[in-house]
Amino acid sequence: MDKNDIYVVVPAYNEEGMIGNTLKKLKDEGYKNIIVVDDGSRDNTYNIAKEEGVIVCKHIINRGLGGALGTGLKCALEYNPKVIITFDADGQHDPKDIEKVAKPILDENYDVVIGSRLMDEKEVKNMPKIKRIGNWGLNFLTYLMGGHFITDSQSGLRAFSYNAAKIIMNQLKSNKYEVSSEFVVLIKRNNLKFKEIPIKTIYTDYSMARGTNVITGFKILLKLIIHRLV
Amino acid sequence: MQLIQILAIIFAVFAISRVILQVRANAMSRDSAIFWLFIWIAVILAVVFPNTLGYLAILTGVGRGVDVLIYLAIIVLFYLIYRIYVKMENIEREITTVVREIAIIEREKKEKKVKL
Repeated sequence: MDKNDIYVVVPAYNEEGMIGNTLKKLKDEGYKNIIVVDDGSRDNTYNIAKEEGVIVCKHIINRGLGGALGTGLKCALEYNPKVIITFDADGQHDPKDIEKVAKPILDENYDVVIGSRLMDEKEVKNMPKIKRIGNWGLNFLTYLMGGHFITDSQSGLRAFSYNAAKIIMNQLKSNKYEVSSEFVVLIKRNNLKFKEIPIKTIYTDYSMARGTNVITGFKILLKLIIHRLV
Repeated sequence: MQLIQILAIIFAVFAISRVILQVRANAMSRDSAIFWLFIWIAVILAVVFPNTLGYLAILTGVGRGVDVLIYLAIIVLFYLIYRIYVKMENIEREITTVVREIAIIEREKKEKKVKL
């Protein structure tokens, strides 16, 4: 597998604590094409990313995860990569897993692969109970709103083929956290060849404090309904 | 005629004049102008002929004419809030598009760093 064919998109909002480390690990793993989308951070995220010598797109104001991922996809498409990966900045993914999600696209003609933190029995135990219940709720909601029923709809590690990224980019509406579910809905609506692959999750106090909570869950529901109207 | 009726008519005429001024200044689309003209003319008619509301009440099965007005007002308000929500959603998306374009055009390229 040629890692130069792969572009890794890392959305980051106020991640000065982890972003440097995450980027170093990615580079150590051999990924040179990295796009950081700084989503209007008020801390030092932008400068830290710049020092790492990666491509940095800076949102002049905060737009949310969906806005940042859209920018990352659009920017990556300009380089004509074979695979575009989305990778969380908070250090919860293992860079070694990128290979696992990219392979089905390069070798088996898949359009989209999502790395699931909940497919492996051993991995499930690592996820705190509240997060597991919330995750199941959002999986079900994603299904209700017209997506596939998958084990981890909110995962941040995804791989898109060039064409899939283009199709999804053109239809993406989300600005915030609802983007993860919208991806799954768009995958189904466009009949993209899709599968989930088990990945590892690294839970630290840092990554635990972030991410989705119950209120965000309800906001996601509201936004997905609005997407159907507007 | 009661004082409240006169005040209501004056206000409605004033509102209509604003709508016409805004259309002349191209600040309002024709569709929304027609919508607002319709609303205010209906208000004037209802104020001048209060009995029409009574007929409306009997027709719709609601107790009093004023109640019909209140129900209608709530429906109209809901519709307007919905329209504002849709507009806000679209504006949010447009802002993201603008921010995205700027971010991509002005991106920090790693090639640039190598040249330096």
